[in-house]
Amino acid sequence: MSVALDLDLALFEGLCRLGDSTLVLGHRVSEWCGHAPVLEEDIALANVALDLIGQTQMWLGLAGEAEGKGRDADALAFRRDVWDFRNLLLVERPNGDFGQTLMRQFLFDAWHQPMLKALEASSDPRIAAIAAKAGREVAYHLERSADLVIRLGDGTAESHARMQSALDRLWPYTGEMMMSDDTDRALAEAGIMPAPDSIRPQWDALVAEVLSEATLKAPDQRFMHKGGKQGTHSEHLGHMLATMQWLQRAYPDATW
Amino acid sequence: MYAQMVKSEASNDDPHLLAAFQARIDAGEKIEPKEWMPEGYRKTLIRQIGQHAHSEIVGQLPEGNWITRAPTLERKAILLAKVQDEAGHGLYLYCAAETLGISRDEMTEALLSGKMKYSSIFNYPTLTWADMGAVGWLVDGAAIMNQVPLQRTSFGPYARAMVRICKEESFHQRQGYDIMMKMAQGTPAQKAMAQDALNRFWYPSLMMFGPSDKDSVHSAQSMAWKIKMNTNDELRQKFVDQTVPQAEYLGLTIPDPAVKWNEEKGGYDFSEPDWAEFFEVIKGNGPCNAERIEARQKAWDDGAWFRDGLMAHAAKQRAAKVAAE
Repeated sequence: MSVALDLDLALFEGLCRLGDSTLVLGHRVSEWCGHAPVLEEDIALANVALDLIGQTQMWLGLAGEAEGKGRDADALAFRRDVWDFRNLLLVERPNGDFGQTLMRQFLFDAWHQPMLKALEASSDPRIAAIAAKAGREVAYHLERSADLVIRLGDGTAESHARMQSALDRLWPYTGEMMMSDDTDRALAEAGIMPAPDSIRPQWDALVAEVLSEATLKAPDQRFMHKGGKQGTHSEHLGHMLATMQWLQRAYPDATW
Repeated sequence: MYAQMVKSEASNDDPHLLAAFQARIDAGEKIEPKEWMPEGYRKTLIRQIGQHAHSEIVGQLPEGNWITRAPTLERKAILLAKVQDEAGHGLYLYCAAETLGISRDEMTEALLSGKMKYSSIFNYPTLTWADMGAVGWLVDGAAIMNQVPLQRTSFGPYARAMVRICKEESFHQRQGYDIMMKMAQGTPAQKAMAQDALNRFWYPSLMMFGPSDKDSVHSAQSMAWKIKMNTNDELRQKFVDQTVPQAEYLGLTIPDPAVKWNEEKGGYDFSEPDWAEFFEVIKGNGPCNAERIEARQKAWDDGAWFRDGLMAHAAKQRAAKVAAE
């Protein structure tokens, strides 16, 4: 296999990692629609989900182009099975209570925003353009999720306890965002995507600042789950796909 | 029509004030929140706007039921945006009602306790993807019939909320019709799904306008106050006249053999819905009443810690600010 072919494959994988993460998180967030604790939150969550779905269309659309086998964003979203998904494990965590949903969002946004910033410098102008557009949306996601984590962390005893518990539960899923494998290294060397560990200093600083203001404590635990980016997922993802893909699978000849 | 059978309140106010108020309404003036208004006008409006707001909020649920199963990314985004608009409509309407001296929390509690109602239509289940089409096409279509004239209603905040809402509702109806068109022109299974959705939603949509009120005293009072602009029968007729040709265009059959053009009246004849069913649904015996209220109750209860947390944080910030001064 030539080096060029390897890079094409890495590009497809890298784009699926981005697009699958926004797809899965957008889906999770959309599960709240109509059920949020206050009307304003219902509206704000729908905005976030809409942004993430839009970003999915762009990332997976480009992934399909890069792959060159005639698959579009919908084919990738609705017709792949669980082992083909490349999303981070963090985003497939179930919603839990509203605190877990918010904490998951914050931990992801704190990575997503600097990641997109770095992607704006991609050697691939298509990637740079998507990152610039998505970056404007995600700056708002981060502002909102950080603000709510602070307010709830430093709210009542109960809201504090719930946010701390959410942080403890989700913390072991954060490391994967900053871990590199061969695909990441190939993309970084080609200047297409940043090396994931290059995001670490910004993520650490931002998370430390927000948690401190929120009076929350990051767990000491060093162990981190991994595997989502390579297609090894938790049991939760299969159930999500069973719901999400059902119509496309049940009526494969239909157009919608 | 999201406000059904809103009972208008009698007013025991000074007859001179009442006459002057009626003269303003008759002259087409808008009544603003801080101006004098009869107690009956205020109470009736709270009931009507509140019911309308609750309908938007409960109305998120039957469509929200399909967001996670929408068949393409674009359909998912459109549906989510639509349900989000409904939350937004709820918000404007609660704000409009709040100008009359009731809080959103009080209205929410009245909804959960069953003291305040929401439209009967949202107690019907959404069983297939075609229902997303039928709800947009028929339910939003029926709502628009009522809401377009309400843009001219006498109460300023309500009329202004309606202007914004109507713009979005017509987009909703178009997206519903677009789904129906795709289904009706799709595979045999899709077409069957579309017909089935029309079969199930036809009569409940006609019920949205409420029973005939041409002889109702309450209705006459609300019409005099311009908070109800047309009779239920007028709106229902208009809806049928608009919808029958649309169904024909889709190649679908209205599930009522009595539907027939009547040259003389310049409209379609059609059968009345089963009003006994309507009254059962209003009483709480519709297919989804219990689930709808349970879902709202759960959101309210589960969200209490969140709302309390934000309030507590705001109080701490205020205290810190005072201490620093």
